[in-house]
Formats: sequence, C-alpha cells, structure tokens
Amino acid sequence: MRALMRAAAVPLASVVLGLVLGAVLIAVQGHSVTSAYGALVLGGAGDADALLRTLQKATPLVFGGLAVAFAFKAGLFNIGGQGQLLVGAAFAAGVGFGLEGLPLVVHLPLALLVGGAAGAAWGAIAGVLKATSGAHEVIVTIMLNFVAGNLTDWLAANPWQDRSGSNIIARTPLVEPSAEIPTWGWLPAGFVLAVLAAFACWFVLERTTYGFEVRSVGANRHAARYAGISVGWIMASTMAVAGLLAGLGGAIESLGVDGRFEAGVNVGLGFEGITIALLARTNPIAVIPAGLLVGLMEAGAAKMQFESGVAPEIIDVIQALILLFVAAPLIVRWLLRLRDRPDAPDRRLTLGAGWGR
Amino acid sequence: MAAAAETVVSQTEPEVLLAGHGITKRFGSVVANDDVSVELRPGRILALLGENGAGKSTLVNVLFGLHRPDAGQVVIADENVELSSPHDAIARGVGMVHQHFQLVPPMSVVRNIVLGAEPRKLGMIDVAQARRRVMDLADRFGLHVDPDAAVEDLPVGAQQRVEILKALYRDARVLIADEPTAVLTPQETDHLLDVLRGLTAQGVGIVFITHKLREVMAAADDIVVLREGRVVGTTTPAQTSEAALAELMVGRAVDLHGDRFESGATGVGSAVSTAAAPSDEAPIAEADEQPVVLDIAGLCADDDRGQRAVDELTLAVRAGEIVGVAGVEGNGQRELVEAITGLRHAAAGTVSISDRDASGARPRQVTVIGVGHIPEDRAKHGLIGSYSVADNSVLNRYFKRPFAAGGMLRRDRIDSHARDVVATFDVRTPDVDSPADSLSGGNKQKLIVGREFSDDIDLLIAAQPTRGIDIGAIEFIWRRIRERRDEGTAVLLVSAELDEVLALSDRVAVMYEGRIVATVDPRTATREEIGLLMAGAESSAAGS
Repeated sequence: MRALMRAAAVPLASVVLGLVLGAVLIAVQGHSVTSAYGALVLGGAGDADALLRTLQKATPLVFGGLAVAFAFKAGLFNIGGQGQLLVGAAFAAGVGFGLEGLPLVVHLPLALLVGGAAGAAWGAIAGVLKATSGAHEVIVTIMLNFVAGNLTDWLAANPWQDRSGSNIIARTPLVEPSAEIPTWGWLPAGFVLAVLAAFACWFVLERTTYGFEVRSVGANRHAARYAGISVGWIMASTMAVAGLLAGLGGAIESLGVDGRFEAGVNVGLGFEGITIALLARTNPIAVIPAGLLVGLMEAGAAKMQFESGVAPEIIDVIQALILLFVAAPLIVRWLLRLRDRPDAPDRRLTLGAGWGR
Repeated sequence: MAAAAETVVSQTEPEVLLAGHGITKRFGSVVANDDVSVELRPGRILALLGENGAGKSTLVNVLFGLHRPDAGQVVIADENVELSSPHDAIARGVGMVHQHFQLVPPMSVVRNIVLGAEPRKLGMIDVAQARRRVMDLADRFGLHVDPDAAVEDLPVGAQQRVEILKALYRDARVLIADEPTAVLTPQETDHLLDVLRGLTAQGVGIVFITHKLREVMAAADDIVVLREGRVVGTTTPAQTSEAALAELMVGRAVDLHGDRFESGATGVGSAVSTAAAPSDEAPIAEADEQPVVLDIAGLCADDDRGQRAVDELTLAVRAGEIVGVAGVEGNGQRELVEAITGLRHAAAGTVSISDRDASGARPRQVTVIGVGHIPEDRAKHGLIGSYSVADNSVLNRYFKRPFAAGGMLRRDRIDSHARDVVATFDVRTPDVDSPADSLSGGNKQKLIVGREFSDDIDLLIAAQPTRGIDIGAIEFIWRRIRERRDEGTAVLLVSAELDEVLALSDRVAVMYEGRIVATVDPRTATREEIGLLMAGAESSAAGS
C-alpha cells in the first residue's frame, strides 16, 4: 500500500498542481473558479448522461494509453497510436457496414477483430522495421500516422463512402445494428472492454513468460539477448500488441460511439494516449483512472463553458500542465518536498529511454 | 589558471602533501568512511588497500573534492582546506588518474593534455607552446608518448601515461591513481610502477588504490588498509607480508590458492594451503582420456567495428579440466566468448559442444545444450538491475519447467529456487524480492554464478568471473569453479587477471591478436614467460 502511494504521489500531485494553475487562469479571466470546476464535474459525472459521456470519452483514451504503456515496457516509444487507431476505426466500420445478415454474436466480434488486426498490422510495421533494420520506432510511427490518416480519408471518401441521399461528407454508411456495441444505461460495453484490456495487459506483462521477455527487453536489451530472448521478435510482437490495443480503441469508437467511420473525427485521439500512459507511469492498471480523469474533463468541458463562460480550451491547458509536471517530476518533488529514499530502487520513468538506441 | 597553480609550486616544500584527518562520510544510513585518517608526504607512494566497498573510493573522492565529508579535515600542502569541487583540488596541485580514462579518443595527445587549460595566443590555442610544454614534461618525468598521435591509436599503457601527463601539466604535486594497473599487462604494470617511482624522486606524492597485494609490496612506501570504512592497519612493505595484508583486508585468513599452485605466480593472497592437494594431479592425468566437450576449430569473428578479432582460433576443452585463456584485454577474448555463446555471429569456423554442432547457434540453443555462461559484463549482460533477485535467478531459464508451465510464470517455484541460490551461494540480500541493483558487486556475481551452476551443465564459460569483487567473494567463486571441474564439467576460463588464470587453470592458453599463440602448463611456466607471450613475443620458451 505504501509502495502504491509512493508510485502515485507524483501523478496525483501533478493533477492537483495542474488544476490549481488552471484555477488561477480561470480567475485571471474574471470567471468563478468554483462554478467552472463545479460545472466541469457535473458535466462529467453529474447524471447518467454525463457519466456515459465520460466513459465513452475514456474508452479510446484507455486503449490509447495501453498502446503506449505496453510498448514502453519493451523500451519502445509508440507515437503511432493515432495511425493504429485510425486504421482500426476504418476497418472495423468497413466490416460493420459491409457485411449484412450476420448475427450479432458473429458480426460484432468479427468487426472488433478486424479493427484490432488492422491496428496490429499497422503497429507491426514499425516493430519489424526496428527489429530488422534498426529504424527508430518514433520516426517510423510518426510517418505511419500520416499514411494512416490519408489512407483512411481516402477509404471514407472513395470506396467506402456513404452514397445514400445527398451525402457529400467523407464518411462510411452507418454500421449494421448487428455490429453495434451496446450501451447498458450509463455503462458503454466498450468501456468494459477497455477495463478488461487493461487487466489483460497487466496479466500478460506480470504473469506470463512472454511478459517476462517483453520487460526484459525493455529493462536491459543486452541481458535479454544473453538470456536467450529474441529481441527482434519481442520488438515486432510488442508493437503489434500495442497496435492491436489502439486499433481496438478505434474500432470501439466506430462501432459504439460514432456508429460509422468519418474522416477527421478521431484526429488527435491517438496522441492523447501518450498523455494517459505518462500520467499512469506506464502501469496498465493505472491507465484506467488516468483515462477516466481526462475523459471526465473532456466530457464536462461543454457544460463548463455553457454555465460559467470559460473557454473549453482551458481543459487542454490543464492537461498540458499535468503532463508537464508528470514529465518533470523533479519540479513536483521539490514543491512537495518528496524525497526518494536512498535505498529505494530507481523507479523514475525516463521519457527518453527509447531514444538513440 | 596555470599561473595560479604555478605560485603553489614555487612555495617551499610542504611537509604533508595531502591528508585527511578523521574523515567521516555517510550515504544515508551507510557509513562509507568512519573516522579515517591518512597522510601523504612528498616523494612517497601511499597504497590504499581494501576490498570493494571498503571505502577507498569514497576516501579519495573526499580528498579530491568530489564528496564533502560529514566530519573531518582535508589538508593539502600543510593547509586546512574546504574543497567544494575537484577544481579546488586541481588548483591546489592534486591530480587524479581515473580508472576509466578521461580522454577524447580522436584528439591528439597534446590536445588531450592541454584540454581545459590551453595556452592561448590571440584567442586561439597556441599549439606550438602547448606541444613544447608537453614535450618538456614528458622528458622531465620520463613519460614517453608520441605527442601528435591520436589517443585512440595508442595502447592502453600509453593512454595511461597521457592521463598522468594531464595531471602533471596542471602542476600536480599529488597524483591519485585509482586501480591504475587493472587494464595493464604484467610488463606494462612493471613499467608503470617504474614511472611512479620516478615521479616520487621529483617530489611528487602518489596515492595508489589497488587490491593487488603484489603491487603494493613492490611499489608502496606506506600502506593503509581499509575495511568496512575504517582504517584497520597502517604499515609498510618491510613490516608485513601479502598473507598478513590479505588477512587485514578480509578480516580473516584467506585461502586463495587452495590448489596445486605454489610457485611462479604470487596470487592475490599468498596463503598456500595444502588442503586440496590430493585432488591435484588426478584431474590432469585423467583429462586426456576425458571426452572433448568444447571443440573450436578455425573460428573467426569480427568485433563491433568489423575488424577481425578472433582469427582462425582452434581450442579444445575436455570434461573435468579448466582451460584458462590468458591475454591482455582486447585481444579477441570477448569476441571469442560471444561467438561460442551465440551472442556474436561467427564469420567462419565451427564450434561443437558435447558433440553437437553449435556453430551459429542462438544463445537459447547454447543454454539448452547445457552451457553455463558467466558473462564478462555483469551489469550489461549478466543481470537486469531493476529485476528482483528472484527474477534474475532464472534469467535464462525462466521458460523451462519448473519455473514456467503453459506460458505462465510460476512465482512460487521461482522464489523458492531463488532462496536456494541465495542460501547455497551466500548471496547477501535482505530478501529475494530486492532489486539486483541493490546488491554489491560480489553478491551480484555470486548470484550469477549461482544461477549458472544451478542447472545441469556440461560446459561452463566463465569470463572475468571475479572482476572488481572482493577477496572473500573471489575465494568463494574460485572454490565453486574448482568443485564444478572436479565433478566433470569442462570449464573455459577467460580472465585478464593472470593471477586468476594461473591459480585456477589446468592448462593455460595464451591469446594474442585473436589467436591462441601458445598453450602452457601453469605448473612450469613463469609469469614472465606468459607475460611475454601475452605481449606478443614469439613462443620459444613455452611449448605446448
């Protein structure tokens, strides 16, 4: 328990500091801090609708966060969550509207699976290139984000475009009801999947031999090689798993929230996974509360603007501040006079760990 | 800067060059130095002797201004001083020759020496003056180096002379040398000791950190022995012996030889035991009839820069014998070990282990054949520092029963195995969940040895198995390796420590520039013969 508190101290303090500085910014603009933050919380968790919005927002954030966190365990910095999410969203939608007459128990899992597989393939490209040629995954995944963006735009505007009525928007038709992810009251089934995915990631990493190999490669690649682990295979497969997670996040967006794939709608969602993973210090379980927190802020932003007049961009500022504090824990430790015990193992998360190798 | 330092030199000869009085330094709850007092006088060599973790490095770091003492007084040239950084120490004429050279490899010797204190003319480096001053210094102290050579092209011994010149260029009256002989051949070591003697003749005082007793006896004027942060003995070579020093260092009598070895080499400890004598001749006599376990033929491998490092090497190791590879570091030993264990691609040749072709095998396959490997670099290859002792105890066997089943790790089996290793191999750790990084060097090494020995192995490859660890742990690991040999395991030992090779091996293969240039019998060969072979002299004295 104490270990948990120690691990959570910096992220929690970062959140508090981010909110405090956000409050200062709100006050400087002449708005009421209490009514703004009050509306934010009510808008994110005040009633069943608000809660549903928060959980829907949180779902792709959790998947995106897991996509970054899992890759990070193997020492890889996956910036490609965006591209992996987009291909997942597009291909899941493609299966969702393209196949008709299937029962739900076949159609929905199939659409999810294809979306996940598309993301996995997208992630694997970067992993295989890293393993075979040493191409840096950061560069490759960033470039693949552009490729994925343009590819899915093209799919939505050309072969898969909704031709019904007078539609000129680059979007697919609505998915068949048999491919829709259900929502139970305020609880979207997609969020349940996100939570299951987080626990599955934890289990794989901590309890299986494969997870041992992934963590070994991330902690000390040379020792992993000495131990007989195929470093190339781990890099390639880890990126595929990361892509699978992001792709599932995209698939759930298409099948459970938007009902279709539309060009431009999911832009930026994949990048927020980096924020989530860092806030969670790459712990898969901690990705859940991190995703919920950011999801709540995003879900409540509209109500905050409506009731107190604060521009919703303040949420982006607060998120950026939180990320800054998480990424620069020295500031937080100094502010809070937190000290690492000298005998404590070094658990500091170094953002640059994957660089230059 | 240079001008300021020169005024120090022009002062009258101080009585005490460098001293620490009652130095106490704590790191958290650990007391690294406890009321330590040492004193260095002009023209003398003070040897600081102690095991790893005894507080030698902490002490010199305090004297050099890298650490501030919690209590006690540093004295430089008869003056009480407060050092806030190494710059203060350097300005007062204290120089440090680090174990890992602080040189810029592509730059010339002259530029390396003047770096940071360059003579200037019109805002540019006055190369001519710099070169002249360096040459003057080299002549005056008998430190011969080519001033225009790039440092990276120089042998290690010459690089070390550059380091020394760097300190002298800054008008050092005191040289602190941290394990200066660790990387040298026996001949280079002798030369270094001569150089240090020459420096003292000119009034320079030297603090010499080492754990090699032979060098202390040969070179030191004064000896201070540290143990657990305290001074446990102050003596001179005339008043003591290697055995007495070893006992002081460890705190009990030490038996390092244990085996047949009695003359020729003087080991780290000189206590010669007869306990293991009966087993002496037997393994060697039998060895010829024992099957060959490791058979290397025409092996070639390149180093990281693509240069041929192992060059058509042929070597065989039989069951129940220890074959020691002696050589100066960088003659292809690392590449040889990596090529055998699958960590490095072999360019040509064959490796067969227990009659199975292991040429081009991957590390996992080599492990499964039945090979234990104590890697040269503990931190890089041997352990995952952030992993627990338990996880490290199964690092290359985690996938096998009983540690895993159906792709799942079995924590309870791993933990109980780790507790066995910790108990059997005397790994000092609070529990098996502690991260490996929290262990001392010797305990890390015992953990690795314990791991590699806890499986059925036919071949043990031990690379630098006792590098940088204390005598107690060395003794323990040597005994374990001998036991393994006596049980019939073939052992390939690779070590840069000639003493270690001589103490353990049944046969010594001398490696030079990627080849085995001679195989000698350690009972008859002398250190000098082997040293010459290691340095590349033609094999005439030693046959095979």
